[in-house]
Amino acid sequence: MLALLILLSGCSAVVLKPAGDIAVQQRDLIIISTVLMLLIIVPVIFLSLFFAWRYRASNRDARYEPDWHHSTQLELIIWSAPLLIIIALGALTWITTHTLDPYRPVERLDAARRLPADAKTLDVQVVALDWKWLFIYPGYGIATVNELAAPVDTPIHFTLTASSVMNSFFIPALAGQVYAMPAMQTQLHAVINAPGEFEGFSANYSGAGFSDMKFKFHGLAQADFARWVERVKRDGTALRREDYQQLEKPSVREPVRHYATVDASLFDAIVNLCVDRTKMCMSQMMAIDAQGGIGGLAGIANVANLAYDRPRAIAAGERPRGNYVLSMCSADLVPAAFSSRLAASAAR
Amino acid sequence: MSTTAQMASNAGEAPVFYLTEDHHPENGTLLGFWLYLMSDCLIFACLFAMYGVLGGSYAAGPGPKELFDLPLVAVNTSMLLLSSITYGFAMLEMQRSNKIPTLIWLFVTGCFGLAFLGIELTEFHHMIAEGAGPQRSAFLSSFFTLVGTHGLHVSFGIIWLVVLMVQVGQRGLTAVNQRRLSCLSLFWHFLDVVWIGVFTFVYLMGVLR
Amino acid sequence: MHETANTTSFLFGRLSWDAIPFHEPILLWTFIAVAIGGVALLALITRLGAWGMLWRDWFTSVDHKKIGIMYIVLGVVMLLRGFSDAIMMRIQQAWAFGDSMGYLPPHHYDQIFTAHGVIMIFFVAMPLVVGLMNIVVPLQIGARDVAFPFLNNFSFWMTVAGAVLVMLSLFVGEFAKTGWLAYPPLSGIAYSPDVGVDYYAWSLQIAGVGTLLSGVNFIVTIVKMRAPGMTLMKMPIFTWTALCTNVLIVAAFPVLTAVLALLSLDRYVGTNFFTNDFGGNAMMYVNLIWIWGHPEVYILILPVFGVFSEVVSTFSGKKLFGYASMVYATVVITILSYLVWLHHFFTMGSGASVNSFFGITTMIISIPTGAKMFNWLFTMYRGRIRFEVPMLWAVGFMVTFVVGGMTGVLLAVPPADFVLHNSLFLIAHFHNVIIGGVVFGLFAGINYWFPKAMGFRLDPFWGKVSFWFWLSGYWIAFTPLYVLGLMGVTRRLSHFDDPSLQIWFQIALVGAVLILFGIMAFLVQLYVSIRDRARLRDSSGDPWNGRTLEWSTSSPAPAYNFAFTPRVHEQDAWADMKQRGHRRPTSGFLPIHMPKNTAAGIVLAGLAMACGFALIWHIWWMAGAAFVALVASAIAHTFNSDRDFHIPAEEVARVEGERTRLLAQQV
Repeated sequence: MLALLILLSGCSAVVLKPAGDIAVQQRDLIIISTVLMLLIIVPVIFLSLFFAWRYRASNRDARYEPDWHHSTQLELIIWSAPLLIIIALGALTWITTHTLDPYRPVERLDAARRLPADAKTLDVQVVALDWKWLFIYPGYGIATVNELAAPVDTPIHFTLTASSVMNSFFIPALAGQVYAMPAMQTQLHAVINAPGEFEGFSANYSGAGFSDMKFKFHGLAQADFARWVERVKRDGTALRREDYQQLEKPSVREPVRHYATVDASLFDAIVNLCVDRTKMCMSQMMAIDAQGGIGGLAGIANVANLAYDRPRAIAAGERPRGNYVLSMCSADLVPAAFSSRLAASAAR
Repeated sequence: MSTTAQMASNAGEAPVFYLTEDHHPENGTLLGFWLYLMSDCLIFACLFAMYGVLGGSYAAGPGPKELFDLPLVAVNTSMLLLSSITYGFAMLEMQRSNKIPTLIWLFVTGCFGLAFLGIELTEFHHMIAEGAGPQRSAFLSSFFTLVGTHGLHVSFGIIWLVVLMVQVGQRGLTAVNQRRLSCLSLFWHFLDVVWIGVFTFVYLMGVLR
Repeated sequence: MHETANTTSFLFGRLSWDAIPFHEPILLWTFIAVAIGGVALLALITRLGAWGMLWRDWFTSVDHKKIGIMYIVLGVVMLLRGFSDAIMMRIQQAWAFGDSMGYLPPHHYDQIFTAHGVIMIFFVAMPLVVGLMNIVVPLQIGARDVAFPFLNNFSFWMTVAGAVLVMLSLFVGEFAKTGWLAYPPLSGIAYSPDVGVDYYAWSLQIAGVGTLLSGVNFIVTIVKMRAPGMTLMKMPIFTWTALCTNVLIVAAFPVLTAVLALLSLDRYVGTNFFTNDFGGNAMMYVNLIWIWGHPEVYILILPVFGVFSEVVSTFSGKKLFGYASMVYATVVITILSYLVWLHHFFTMGSGASVNSFFGITTMIISIPTGAKMFNWLFTMYRGRIRFEVPMLWAVGFMVTFVVGGMTGVLLAVPPADFVLHNSLFLIAHFHNVIIGGVVFGLFAGINYWFPKAMGFRLDPFWGKVSFWFWLSGYWIAFTPLYVLGLMGVTRRLSHFDDPSLQIWFQIALVGAVLILFGIMAFLVQLYVSIRDRARLRDSSGDPWNGRTLEWSTSSPAPAYNFAFTPRVHEQDAWADMKQRGHRRPTSGFLPIHMPKNTAAGIVLAGLAMACGFALIWHIWWMAGAAFVALVASAIAHTFNSDRDFHIPAEEVARVEGERTRLLAQQV
């Protein structure tokens, strides 16, 4: 039944029909592993039903051996059959975990094409904000919110972080997900093989605006990508540290934004929790700590310039309690955010 | 019980399926208490792990070298170690069924315990007064939590000790009280062992590193 | 004016009328319904004059069988709450597409999925599992009670105290909006400043103390109190799995206690364990909580494996195939369950070698599990299978659980997990093993041991109705989730844009409704069985032709369990006794030494709950007072030396004589 349903959904199951080579390999791995395990699962299910039917109490033809409870050969088989499958699967796991390690640069464009020697890698710095995504292209000096684009058949190197809480950066069509965590940096390598528009989102619950923390990922032909960069540069504004501090305030369903220029040290400052210039950067703090703390007791007062976490401001995501549930019953109580969404969808 | 076992093993005879006399399983309190101690040990293991991970995160604040006063901690450690020894004397007297000497040694143990707590609180107070409280850095958070949890255990140990002294005073060294004293003995020595870990990993390695 | 504000905040902390959700119709109506139901129940008890009976015979009881029954009642009541959360989520997800926002705003929906997970694991599955162990283990090993009967009562009430706090959060304040494991920094004070996470932490702390103590209790019981002759390798398999489970409890719950304490310190004292700033490290929380969390899964599933072993062997009329390998498999799973925690967060960016180590250890667990599966199969082989309700659940389990096992191994392959992690595929997987494994097993166990606990069987017709609804409901509710996971849909979403997904959520809702029917059929089954208890009476004490010692005594078992301690020669001691023609002794009874009931457990747990409530709302005076009272009552309890009594020999003779008469009528 499961297989049937999967077939039925095959047309839209992006995990089974991805467009990026990493995701394709992950898909293949899922299928191979499943088939490998079905070798043992199917007989077990069959035998469960068959034995249950064959040895039912009303069937007096079946043999009944109440004291038969041990057989060394059978025991050997029932331990070794799963063992063999796990050995095969374990070997496969060891190899693929290394080859598909998100930290490992891609080594091929797809199954048929090796990576050209002169291939240029696209660097993208990803910041998960309260509840939107910021993408910085250090190579182009541009940035976007809730829109990501990359040229096809070009290796992409994502560097990920977050502003407040854990999120997970996931574009199913492109590659598996990796957590984006505040004050930390993670990485993901991937390549997109077909042009198109794909879904990207946060795959780790991060608070009230989580459901809307989505973005579009555009796979573009080289020329289209160049045009896209041009457009961002043309219609974008500047992303300075002050702009970022405005941007990182909690909000939901943030429209796509373009930034033509970006403070070059911004990403680094975000990871180090020191976009606000009055704060001490984590890297600086850790350098001091590596020396064994501040000599004497001078450092005790370093409190205000380290404090970072602060309550999320009540923003569009958090509506005042109460009205919402009632809105089902009476139209005049529809809250503002609700109607603005209706308006937005009508405009579309 | 042994007779039934023999009867059962005689082949040919109908086996015996019931004990005809009263069956008293062994008392499990000490085993149970051991298990509890092991689970407590795991709590300390987690706190040690936290200290291991966060112990170097001074958040640009003071580190162990500035904060720890080794001679004071050494005095403190000796208090706890001595209290373990005097608890041992109390147990020896208990086995000889000498109620009053047992109580005296327990009292001495309690005094050492209080001295330990007093010194620890002085140390904490001093650090907090300097501004190096548990909020200052992850290192200090894990330090205060690890050492404080141990101190909390010692405090409960002292309360328990007082309660047992009252009970021994009231009812003498009955079997129940002896069992309880043995449990507290385990607990007290366990805290000693944990403290040796704290002293080594937190204080000595912190200052000498 | 300022004075009064100060006084109020001193008296009530953060608690104010704003905390009561008058403005949330759903909660208000739930509250009214619960209040009416509660008042009606209390009135009924008062009218029946049952308070004294409840207090004397149940609340203060140290009898393991009664405590077990109370655990199961708690579990079933909380199942209703946990399932209400489930079906509310299913409705929201089937509804909230495109312009429709459904009926639950995020702040409510997020509490619901958190509460659903917490309640189902801690207050449904755990009480049911512990309840079954309570009823069965002492009987299976031929003991008269557990090693520490008072502690057992205390553990139960601590679990209740935790459950009450969670329920209270529904009407006073709110619950956590963090997901059931409350990852920081989201659960830290900066990003969750309200009381939800505090409710979460304190209810789990209080219930956790109970669970830990009950773990210690059962290990000692099983190690020290087995009937003479019952060596470890002659122990019934359920007792074996119970032993392993309790070892896991004792070795895992302290970690939960520690990590929640650290989170609470972050929230209350302002420490920096899991904060972003001041050198905190949130990844430590994720590691530690899963070091508890993964063994927890096996704490739930191992006893259920034991239930299936007993059920399959009994209803196939055969000895269990491969007893020894079953035991080894259980022990191997116990040990391995500590070496796999990292598979819950492969996506955190550990190196490939670390990930593959944890992936492969996870897969290795499937080997002993697979061996168990085959052992059940070959127990059925050449058996004579009676399809009573417990056996139906067992077959349903075998067919369902292997699929969950398979998807679990798939998720253990790190690169596959990168695309399936946190997706609805994952949700489908763990419901596959928890419903298809734990819940099915609990229903099998409840149907199987009900006559032993209550003296009459559960009605088989409604049992079968319940089974078929659950089985079909499970598949219809969760197969779509597997599909949605493959479509790249992640968990915990309260609204969707892509209309093509909606049909799958609607199918899943249908499945959830079927499960609702399954639960209702179970309640009807209970009602019908109590009504028809005369018809379903089990006067033999051995309604299923059982194989282990619990079936050798009457149903329900007398307070002292066994008039004479059994002497064990073989595995399946009772089957051995029946086969070799034992004669039940009818004379020579002796007085039996038993523990006395005590109110200390309920008092201590009540104080712990008051302390927890005060801490949640920052009512410091009350927290202090409750804590001092807690310590004082615990000390006072140690001064109570009037703890046991003897059941006189004549009383034993009378009870046993009655049983002799019943047994004679049977023949």
